[in-house]
Amino acid sequence: MSRLVSKLDAKKVNSEFLTLTYGALVTQMLRDLENVEDVNKQLERIGYNMGMRLIEDFLARTSATRCLEMRETADRIQQAFRIYLNVQPTITNWSQASDEFSLQFETNPLTEFVELPPDLTNLRYSSIISGCIRGALEMVQLEVQCWFVQDQLKGDNVTELRVKFIRRLEDAIPAGED
Amino acid sequence: MKIFNLYIFDKLGTLMYYAEWNRTKKSGLTQEEEAKLTYGMLSSIKSFVSKISPHDPREGFLFYKTNKYALHYLETPSGLKFVLNTDVNAVNVKELLQQIYSKIWVEYVVRDPLWNPGTPVTSDLFQTKLDELIRQSPIFGIRNI
Repeated sequence: MSRLVSKLDAKKVNSEFLTLTYGALVTQMLRDLENVEDVNKQLERIGYNMGMRLIEDFLARTSATRCLEMRETADRIQQAFRIYLNVQPTITNWSQASDEFSLQFETNPLTEFVELPPDLTNLRYSSIISGCIRGALEMVQLEVQCWFVQDQLKGDNVTELRVKFIRRLEDAIPAGED
Repeated sequence: MKIFNLYIFDKLGTLMYYAEWNRTKKSGLTQEEEAKLTYGMLSSIKSFVSKISPHDPREGFLFYKTNKYALHYLETPSGLKFVLNTDVNAVNVKELLQQIYSKIWVEYVVRDPLWNPGTPVTSDLFQTKLDELIRQSPIFGIRNI
């Protein structure tokens, strides 16, 4: 599939295709795992693995340099959403210490045709996105926490994703041979 | 102009890939030892450069040159390191390294589902494409010195 996508202009891939494929994945996992918490965990993990790879594509496309502060990181994440999902989240609700912010989505392309049945209120449908952000940032030496505080699927007006800076990871030095 | 060899390291210092083209003198070390030595030297230079720099070093270490060869260095924000040895007359090697990253590495390694992050690259397609890019590059001249 990757070969095919790379030949097309990224923007020209129909987002409905992604929405429906993702829906099928979530459905399949609900069927396989039954326990909703497990599905959340798996989606997060898949997102994490995607993020680890996606960051390389992002860096190669944008030739971005390493972020020195969270405001920069927020802008980059916003830019990534524009590139990969063609949505423009708003960056808001900065914490006092500037280490925490929210991304607000008017629309979430992943949930376009989705309605949550009442017995699945614990399902974090889009947790693949939070996993993705976590995985991608970890590759650039930033450990963050990422979770949804509002979700349109659960009746909120907007979807809000919260990102919290935990710590800067140290660059690895070669194992000592002393 | 000539290209001698290429090392690719990940952020933990694992040698992801090694290739050579016009290398006539061997180091006498095993490849593993040689890679460790190279990586150790690079990380020393990196920390040296950032400590000694009179200004904030933006990109840090870029290359060094001896009378026989030049070593060019590209590090991505994700910690991948591309190291290319060329002769001293090579120009625009930085662009070439950037291309190796964006056109070959991202395309044929990162998007290869059979590659596990953190393990050396064995994909044939990657090797072929990399070799093509290097050979097509104007720096890969045939004995024009």
